[in-house]
Amino acid sequence: MPYIPHTETEVSEMLAAIGISSIEELFDEIPAALRVGRLDELPAGLNEMEISHLMQGRAALDAADSCFLGAGAYDHHIPAAVWEIVGRGEFYSAYTPYQAEASQGTLQLIYEYQSMMTALTAMDAANASLYDGASALAEAVLMAVRLNRKSASRRVLFPTTVHPRYRQVVQSLVGNQGIKLVDLPYDESGRTDPASLAYGDSDCAALVISQPNFFGALEEVDELTDRAHASGLLVIAVVNPVSLALLKPPGEWGERGADIVCGEGQSLGVPLSSGGPYFGFMACRQAHVRQMPGRIVGRTEDLDGKRGFTLTLQAREQHIRRSKATSNICTNQGLMVTAATISMAILGAEGLAAKATACHANATALKTALTALDGVETVFETPFFHEFVIRLAAPVAEILPALAGQNIIAGLNLGNYYPELNDCLLVCATEKRTADEIDAYARSLKQLL
Amino acid sequence: MVLIFERSSAGRHNRSQLAHGDGVAAPLPERFLRKAPPALPEVSELQAVRHYTRLSQKNFSVDTHFYPLGSCTMKYNPRICNTLASLPGFAGRHPLAPASHSQGVLACLYELQEYLKEITGMAAVTLAPMAGAQGEFAGVAMIRAYHEERGDFGRREILIPDAAHGTNPASAVMCGYKVTEIPTAADGDLDLDALAAVVGPQTAGIMLTNPSTLGVFERQIVKIAKLIHDAGGLLYYDGANLNALLGKVRPGDMGFDVVHINVHKTFASPHGGGGPGAGPVGVSERLQPFLPVPLASYDGVSYEWENEDQHPQSIGRLSAFGGNIGVLLRTYIYARVLGREGLSRVAEYAALNAGYLATRLREAGFTLAYPERRASHEFILTMKKEAREHGATAMDFAKRLLDYGYHAPTTYFPMLVPECLLIEPTETESKAELDGFVDAMVKIAGEARDRIQYLKGAPYEQPVRRLDDVRAARKLDLAWKPDSEAG
Repeated sequence: MPYIPHTETEVSEMLAAIGISSIEELFDEIPAALRVGRLDELPAGLNEMEISHLMQGRAALDAADSCFLGAGAYDHHIPAAVWEIVGRGEFYSAYTPYQAEASQGTLQLIYEYQSMMTALTAMDAANASLYDGASALAEAVLMAVRLNRKSASRRVLFPTTVHPRYRQVVQSLVGNQGIKLVDLPYDESGRTDPASLAYGDSDCAALVISQPNFFGALEEVDELTDRAHASGLLVIAVVNPVSLALLKPPGEWGERGADIVCGEGQSLGVPLSSGGPYFGFMACRQAHVRQMPGRIVGRTEDLDGKRGFTLTLQAREQHIRRSKATSNICTNQGLMVTAATISMAILGAEGLAAKATACHANATALKTALTALDGVETVFETPFFHEFVIRLAAPVAEILPALAGQNIIAGLNLGNYYPELNDCLLVCATEKRTADEIDAYARSLKQLL
Repeated sequence: MVLIFERSSAGRHNRSQLAHGDGVAAPLPERFLRKAPPALPEVSELQAVRHYTRLSQKNFSVDTHFYPLGSCTMKYNPRICNTLASLPGFAGRHPLAPASHSQGVLACLYELQEYLKEITGMAAVTLAPMAGAQGEFAGVAMIRAYHEERGDFGRREILIPDAAHGTNPASAVMCGYKVTEIPTAADGDLDLDALAAVVGPQTAGIMLTNPSTLGVFERQIVKIAKLIHDAGGLLYYDGANLNALLGKVRPGDMGFDVVHINVHKTFASPHGGGGPGAGPVGVSERLQPFLPVPLASYDGVSYEWENEDQHPQSIGRLSAFGGNIGVLLRTYIYARVLGREGLSRVAEYAALNAGYLATRLREAGFTLAYPERRASHEFILTMKKEAREHGATAMDFAKRLLDYGYHAPTTYFPMLVPECLLIEPTETESKAELDGFVDAMVKIAGEARDRIQYLKGAPYEQPVRRLDDVRAARKLDLAWKPDSEAG
């Protein structure tokens, strides 16, 4: 039997020690009527070579040459050392660091991660991570509603320029608690017009601002933040961490900065892997830290006064507070955070800024190449980071599979999310896309138009 | 150990990691830009590699130590699962890639859904939840959607045993429910009279773990199911302890309407120092319309994702994409390697190891919390006697075990057993490892008798000694700042 070490002799000795004659007797408290015989519908076991053959064949079916699709998951280069270290059994096969003395590796790493995230976002404190960017936003919405006692409102302003899948997830996760998401439409620049915040918004607890937004465009974050604060709203920032090497951190937006920051951490060193596992990050002001959900690591001392690290403020969490916890979350995406931390250490601020700048440069080159074609036009004339929207003179639903046939993952059909943009494509170029790939994309698209 | 920030020197470059784009971009307007670079460490690649390799060596893990952490199922995480789930075709696939570039991964996910249906005895399975707690949320949200769909808005309450995992009540509250606790009887089963007294038209459902967190099989499960169903409520199965029953009993046959599975426990995907996991959910037919999306489907020719269009009554989405697919691939690989024979042996050897270890510890003089009951895949020791006679608490035993090279069992959970150690050896440990653990416990019991002050100072051989948790919470230090004091 795979992975079971017992010899027949040992089994006999163990049964004798227990004082029974067969393994079956170990299940004698279970009513006989409930017992199943065998798992007949399951296949027989495979050895390591057989499963390798099967999986290699399947993985090959999904491989693509070049990916110009972003929409919340980005194809970045990951330093080779990152997953070599993450794969070490001491990280890979450890549990949550509840026994602090035997988990200082994971605990110090999380403390370093929290420090890096506060530096990137210009906030005071970060948690040890949540499941993904979308669920992190749901937790941020719940946190903002808890925090904004002045408004006591259960409504949150939610621009349509926030990732539409994030909106769906937030709705699923907070809807049962009577929280309402109020739409803020986008303007002709593909952004949230700060002036649209004027209407009776003090009736809401918070405003969500995505930078860059789902269309890749840069929102006027300073003005949005100040207007929200003037109306008594908290500001929840949803940001791309790679872009923060270049863009103004949310802690510095407007006069007072954002109140809660969250987002998807995948771009910091986690492979695309079909959408998960990724990790969601969250950061906040020191004054709000007791309302932040998820695990948090703090620095302390041991009996000899030596520096050490431990999980702290656990009275916020479900294993202590049960029904009164800030969230039901137990997990942090520890292994993904391990990758992000090592990745940020190796890149440093300089490496991360070079990556962000290269993304912006490649996306600019891609935009120039694509919009030079007849039948392609820019939709929003707005500064962007590494993603933008184009309109095609041919049906997007036919163009995308045709390009996929040439192994080019060409972008996202925006019509599936915004009916008014049914002839539009959201495209992205990271630092990994070469001039040749951009050229090949433009040439292939030209032939289809 | 020093922090990575303390290894940093301004002006150090990692040139091999500097990206350069192929275009020249016009600079972005000043108002969007960052004024000063973030305070990330400036270290060489070797410094980073050495720092994090050394940090890893300060961890206990399944790969390095016996890790009998109750309720956590710290079994071996087969390396082949990691190797194959990380193949470039899987690792590089974009979550929104077209159907033409999705057939490999979807075939695995569809088959995994089918296997989990068979294993749990449920009508349908979703792989969408990203963790056990999210599976709980999804399950309870479906229970609510089911009642409300029938126009039944009066069911405002979820029943939960007092021994349950903390996620159960927290998940019920996130779904807008009030929680009522049900006490446990002296024999470890649920107090059936107390349950009967509170079940009624306000009951939306009950959340149960079986075997319970007390490490024993709930023998009245059929009666409980009837009681709840007769009152119009539904039964939720917390799959945290499924390793005890895999291939022996199916939650669907016990009468459960919804089940979540912690694949990072029962199906050997790694715990990763706190995550990621995944929490697939199985449901009976009446809850099927409400399953979260997406769902993998197969029409006999090709595979595709089904979404809200095919499932208009769905409780919605739980993640931006399709859940923790990399974890689910590891689950699929594990299930294929074990196959029907291997999977049905999991519970057998998990129970054999637990039964043997419980017997040996009892014979060595330790007190089982439920000596008259059969241990499932785990069992509880109470150190009440050692605490009373010598002042040696469950925590003292836990900390000293680290020095003997064993990770501590779960301590002080479930809370209703005083001074408890919840011990789960799992099926992948050998008899020799279990015997070694018993020897260590016996030695520590001797120290409790003879050198109690020494024992209370443990651990001695770890990177740090006992940490000051009170200081951590009172003098909050959650991030290194450039102006932090040195050392």
